[in-house]
This record gives sequence, structure tokens and C-alpha cells, in this order.
Amino acid sequence: MTGAQGIIFIVVAFLAIISALLMVTRKNPIHSALWMIATFFTMAVIYLFLNAQFIAVAQVMVYAGAIMMLIIFVIMLVQMEKGEGEAVLKPRTSRIKVAGSVVGSVVAVVLLLEMLLVTLFYQKTGVKGDYTAEIVNSIGNVRTVGAILYGQYLFPFEIASILLLVGIVGAVVIVKRK
Amino acid sequence: MFQIDASVLSFALSGVLFTIGAIGALTRRNVIVIFMCIELMLNAVNLVFVAAGSALSSMDGSIFVFFIMTVAAVEAAVGLAIFVMVFRLQGTVNADQVTLLKG
Repeated sequence: MTGAQGIIFIVVAFLAIISALLMVTRKNPIHSALWMIATFFTMAVIYLFLNAQFIAVAQVMVYAGAIMMLIIFVIMLVQMEKGEGEAVLKPRTSRIKVAGSVVGSVVAVVLLLEMLLVTLFYQKTGVKGDYTAEIVNSIGNVRTVGAILYGQYLFPFEIASILLLVGIVGAVVIVKRK
Repeated sequence: MFQIDASVLSFALSGVLFTIGAIGALTRRNVIVIFMCIELMLNAVNLVFVAAGSALSSMDGSIFVFFIMTVAAVEAAVGLAIFVMVFRLQGTVNADQVTLLKG
């Protein structure tokens, strides 16, 4: 990466981390959902840095568009139906709550340290593929993805379409009023 | 050992995002927020796939991310349907109070 690109990358990475932290810490689920959308947009920018233009656009359309719209609709449905938030719920005893939070956070931070150790201090290995950035950009990213998806991965692609159909039918059957 | 390129920084970023998602999934009560944290963890894994594909000049990372996105969309549809149903039965989406299985 050249200098300007590196600076933009690091700024976008920090924006992703900040919006993810805000997503986890906001009390109101709607605010969480909006910060989640911000996280998805910043991650789409990072996909552009990694030469994955198709995935960047799909991220914005599928995650930030479809999935988050669904989540926001469900939040509004669930909060509006009775009109009461978390205030009426019985609070958990404080000692168990604090102990649970501490144990969960310690486990997660150990996880983080392990992952950073592996990613930063081990040499990448593996067989290099044929699709270097220059070749892919000369053909076109979407064209390359499409050729592989409809060639080598045709059967998994069809299975994915059946999975989507089953998901739609399943969601309708689950929420149908008897 | 410590070269700065986009893929290594992306691996580190995805570790951080995965940890934030894991802490959220372990500490939050609202099942919809827990679900969003799981989506964040899925996104961190997607980032690893794309970064590894970029580092090894392979296209398979992007293909796998495509399939993960498909599965995530199905999971969102079915999971949110289950949440709506649980809210109808229980009147709450607090993970501590949904004790239909007496867990």
C-alpha cells in the first residue's frame, strides 16, 4: 500500500472499530442497528482495498440493505406491539450480572490476544493462486467471480438458491397465526 | 515477520471486530442485539476470507463470502421470525426471561 492509501485504510479501520463498539454498547436497539449499518459500510470500503469489488457492493446491498432493514422492522414490531422496553423487566441480581460480564469479557479478550498473536507474528503460507490483482482487474472482478460461480461452483450455487427458498418458506410458516 | 500490507492489517481488524461481537453476544440481554453481534462476527470471518484470498491471489475467498452471505440472509429471515414468535408467546425478547425450555 502506498502512503495515502495506508492512511485511508487505517482511518476506515478505526471507524469500523468505533462503530462496532458503539453498536455493542448502545442501550436502544435501534441505535445499535444504525451503528451496525455504519460498520457494514466501513467494511465495504475495506473490501475495496482488498480488490474485492463484487463483495463490497454485495455487502452494502445484502447486509446494509436487506438484512439490516429486516432487523430494524423486527425491532420496531417487537418494541411497538406492547409499547414497553426493558424498563419493566425484572433486573438481574447485580453480583451475577457483574460476574457474568467480567468472565465473558476476559474470555473474549484472551480470544483477541490469541488471534492477534497468530495474525501478526506468523508467516503466511499457502499455494499462490492464479488470480493476481492485475489479472483480475484486467478481466474485471465481477466477470471473474461470475465465471467461477457458474463454472466450478455451479452445484453449491444451486444449493444456495434452494436454501434461500427453504428459508423464505420457513420464515412464513413460523410467523403464521394459527 | 511484521510486514505492513492490507491483508495483515485486515486480519488484525477482523480479530478486533470478532472480539467486539463476541463480547456483545456474551454480555447483552436483548436477543435482537445478540443476533446483530453474531452478524458482526460473521462479517469478521468474511473479512478474513477476503483478506486471505487477496494475499494468496485466489478468487475462492470471494466465492466463499458470497455463500456465507446467502446463509446469513437465510439465518436472518428464520431467526427474526423466531424472535417475533417468541415475543408473541412471551411478551418479551429478553434472553433471561425466555425460559420456555426451563434452561
